Amino acid sequence: MRVLTAFIKKEFWHVLRDRRSLTILLGLPVMMILIFGFALSNEVKNSSVAILDFAGDDVSAQIIHRLNSSQYFDITHRLRRFDDLESLFRQNQVRLGLVFPANLQDDLIGDGEGAIQIIGNAVDPNTTNTTIQYVSAIVADYQKELWQTQEIPYQIDVSYRMLYNPQLESAYTFVPGVMTLILMLLGTMMTSVSIVREKEMGTMEVLLVSPMRPILVIISKAIPYLVLCFVDVLIILLLAYTVLEMPLRGNLLLLLLMCILFVLTTLTLGLLVSTLVESQQVAMFLSLVGFFMPALIFGGYLFPIENMPEILQVISNAVPTRWFYNILKNIMIKGLGFEYIIKEAIILSGMTFLFLVIALKKFKIRLM
Amino acid sequence: MNKLITIETRDLTKRFGNFTAVDAISFKVYEGEIFGFLGANGAGKTTAMRMLCGLLTPTSGQALVAGYDIYRQPNQLKAHIGYMSQKFSLYPNLTARENMTFYAGIYGMKRKEIGDKVHSLIKSLGVEKYSDMQVHNLPLGWKQKISFMTAIIHNPKIVFLDEPTGGVDPITRRQFWDMIYEAADRGITVFVTTHYMDEAEYCDRVSMMVDGAIAALDTPEALKTRYSVASMNDVFIQLARKANRSAV
Amino acid sequence: MNNAISIKNIKKTYPKTGILALEDFSLEIADGELFGLIGPDGAGKTTLFRILTTLILPDFGTAKVAGFDIIKQLWDIRKIVGYMPGKFSLYQDLTVEENLRFFATVFNTSVEANYDLIEDIYVQLQPFKNRRAGKLSGGMKQKLALCCALIHQPRVLFLDEPTTGVDPVSRKEFWDMLDQLKRKGISILVSTPYMDEAARCDRIALLQKGQVLDVDTYEGILLKNQKPMLALRSAHMFKLLTDLRRFPATERCYSFGSVHHLVLKAGYPYRENELMDYLQNLGHEDIVCQKIKAEIEDVFIDLMSGVA
Repeated sequence: MRVLTAFIKKEFWHVLRDRRSLTILLGLPVMMILIFGFALSNEVKNSSVAILDFAGDDVSAQIIHRLNSSQYFDITHRLRRFDDLESLFRQNQVRLGLVFPANLQDDLIGDGEGAIQIIGNAVDPNTTNTTIQYVSAIVADYQKELWQTQEIPYQIDVSYRMLYNPQLESAYTFVPGVMTLILMLLGTMMTSVSIVREKEMGTMEVLLVSPMRPILVIISKAIPYLVLCFVDVLIILLLAYTVLEMPLRGNLLLLLLMCILFVLTTLTLGLLVSTLVESQQVAMFLSLVGFFMPALIFGGYLFPIENMPEILQVISNAVPTRWFYNILKNIMIKGLGFEYIIKEAIILSGMTFLFLVIALKKFKIRLM
Repeated sequence: MNKLITIETRDLTKRFGNFTAVDAISFKVYEGEIFGFLGANGAGKTTAMRMLCGLLTPTSGQALVAGYDIYRQPNQLKAHIGYMSQKFSLYPNLTARENMTFYAGIYGMKRKEIGDKVHSLIKSLGVEKYSDMQVHNLPLGWKQKISFMTAIIHNPKIVFLDEPTGGVDPITRRQFWDMIYEAADRGITVFVTTHYMDEAEYCDRVSMMVDGAIAALDTPEALKTRYSVASMNDVFIQLARKANRSAV
Repeated sequence: MNNAISIKNIKKTYPKTGILALEDFSLEIADGELFGLIGPDGAGKTTLFRILTTLILPDFGTAKVAGFDIIKQLWDIRKIVGYMPGKFSLYQDLTVEENLRFFATVFNTSVEANYDLIEDIYVQLQPFKNRRAGKLSGGMKQKLALCCALIHQPRVLFLDEPTTGVDPVSRKEFWDMLDQLKRKGISILVSTPYMDEAARCDRIALLQKGQVLDVDTYEGILLKNQKPMLALRSAHMFKLLTDLRRFPATERCYSFGSVHHLVLKAGYPYRENELMDYLQNLGHEDIVCQKIKAEIEDVFIDLMSGVA
């Protein structure tokens, strides 16, 4: 136990004295939250919209008015012909085009059903997707009001996706994604680099020629980074709560427990990396390209997994971030309880166990 | 005899904060000379050598190296010197030929010229057999020889060697010194540091740094006579004992 | 009484490169002995150290350290050996004191418990105890590394090239420290590329390319490897070297400090006048020539040439 304490103390000295890694460790989450939170939400705000209003009735006027008064949209063009819309898209001048067909109000009142066409500029699919959802939400809002005033249930197509984000605050929907990425990056890279550094410095040789058991080396390497990553989790949550005004849905304790589980996954993965490579550079490269990139691509926050080719969907199952992202979404955004994330939690625990077993097996009691 | 001066320093000084690493050193090195630059760890050798190579700006003092002012003409200076450090400056995954070609290219030699030069060097070293093997597969001794040849590929006026023979077996060490003699014979000034005191005896003149200053500078013979000892090792120990600066 | 180290027919080839590091290597080192492995880089010194400190397994052969088998009794060995690898192996970002305390804890002991063993060395480091190890000079780092290797009172101490890259004064001090440790009963196996340090060991082994060239006391090795040799000098040393190599009676000629050493061919009728005439005809002046006894480096060169 005394050995363990001394070792952990030493690890903390390493981290606290290396200003660069400390900056990365504490600066990265702050930076990423602020960048993702503000830069990306600003882009969605003030999206330029072109209106092609063939209806020219009460309904279209109402919807246009609502769009216009929202901070997300600027109605920049009012058009008369389809061709004009097409040329606007070509010049990349608008993000969305809204087409109100003639007789919208009549259809709605007569058949109880109306349709609005939203044309999105898919050059930047993610942002456009978000803005389309906003439009749908605004339309849904309007529809709800119609229900309250009228007796007949009119229906305008509404996207179900906005269910869990009714306020249309986009900023904090990035928080689960950012959190997943940061923990993946720091957990894997920092631990692997810190072990491999000992190999490079030659200190590993001395540690090996001591009565200290390998398992102790592994535990004492993991604990400091577990603590540091947990500090990062708290920083991110605090920032999200205060700066991005994210409401805390779901059980906080459950959330923190799941974070610890995922940090353990990344740490054991880092340990595994460190047993396989000999230089800090390779460890860093492997963590970035081998784990961070797949985490980014298959995590589900940049590209929706459902849209991927089947083979990639299968691959994505092996990426731990995918499961953690689901957990975070369910707890943080939807406010769901443990029963909804059991599957993910089991998968992550399994992965952690697997990585740990391999790492322990690969961790040599000798140099080669 | 009118010998040409290739290195001349006057009160060359380098301070890092309060610490005077090199303290007003003044000396001359002549063309074609093998100049041994000795001193204990931390005496200031590396700092002095870096200033002479134009890698570090002095705090005060003057120095002309190969005819160039180390303050104002560091780039011309670098074009006329060669440098080989104890850690190999060769790229381990390139062959000997590729390494030489690369360094010759850096010094702006023409393509035709490079081809001829590399070819003749490889021949003169007798390393045809090894010339197309990646450097990291070569024995240490060969690496060192190729490293040295690479350092003088552009016909520099001076070559700086920083502990070139560390860890090499006695035969290879002597073969290396044969190369140094040959280079000096061709008029290249050799400025060398070493921890092997028998190698200090091979130098034409030797300077001994203690606490950032030059404590002695003369031929090995004269130094041994002056301190009435039998070997350069004893000279070194006598002088280094006088150091006040704790080796930190 | 057990030998401190007993090595039998060890063979080791590195699988990746196919380099043969040790070939049929056997050696006995007595308890309390200060034993030197003398040889250049690539002689197999580091490989041998790693095998004996249980860091790597030999392909073939067995070895015992303090009576414990290096393969089967790994954990027993790790408790009783001290090891200083060739690469600087301290935490550069920790201070002198922190390094020492850390290594003491790793070996389940404390600095205070074993202070008397390291006291003589540590007093020199005391003024810098709050300095980070990375900022120490080569000699000081070496002393700290030695302290860290000694802190658990090892029975056998392994020092892999502790003096490489260190200036002659620090080297001398380091060997003085080893003498003191020997007196305290610790068996020491030390390697060095500096031939002159061989004289400070009880016995030495000369190594070259994974093979033992010879094992004996320093004096013993010198005694049995003598050949007729001359030391020469003249006004033009470089020309003298090339000319001497062409002399018919020359077996080998090489520079050696301020002189050239000339090994004469065995059985060649040599007369001093003949050599003098030969050199004077080639225009040499101020020739000094005297018969000498081979030094350790001469012996090494001689034995090495026999292998190659």
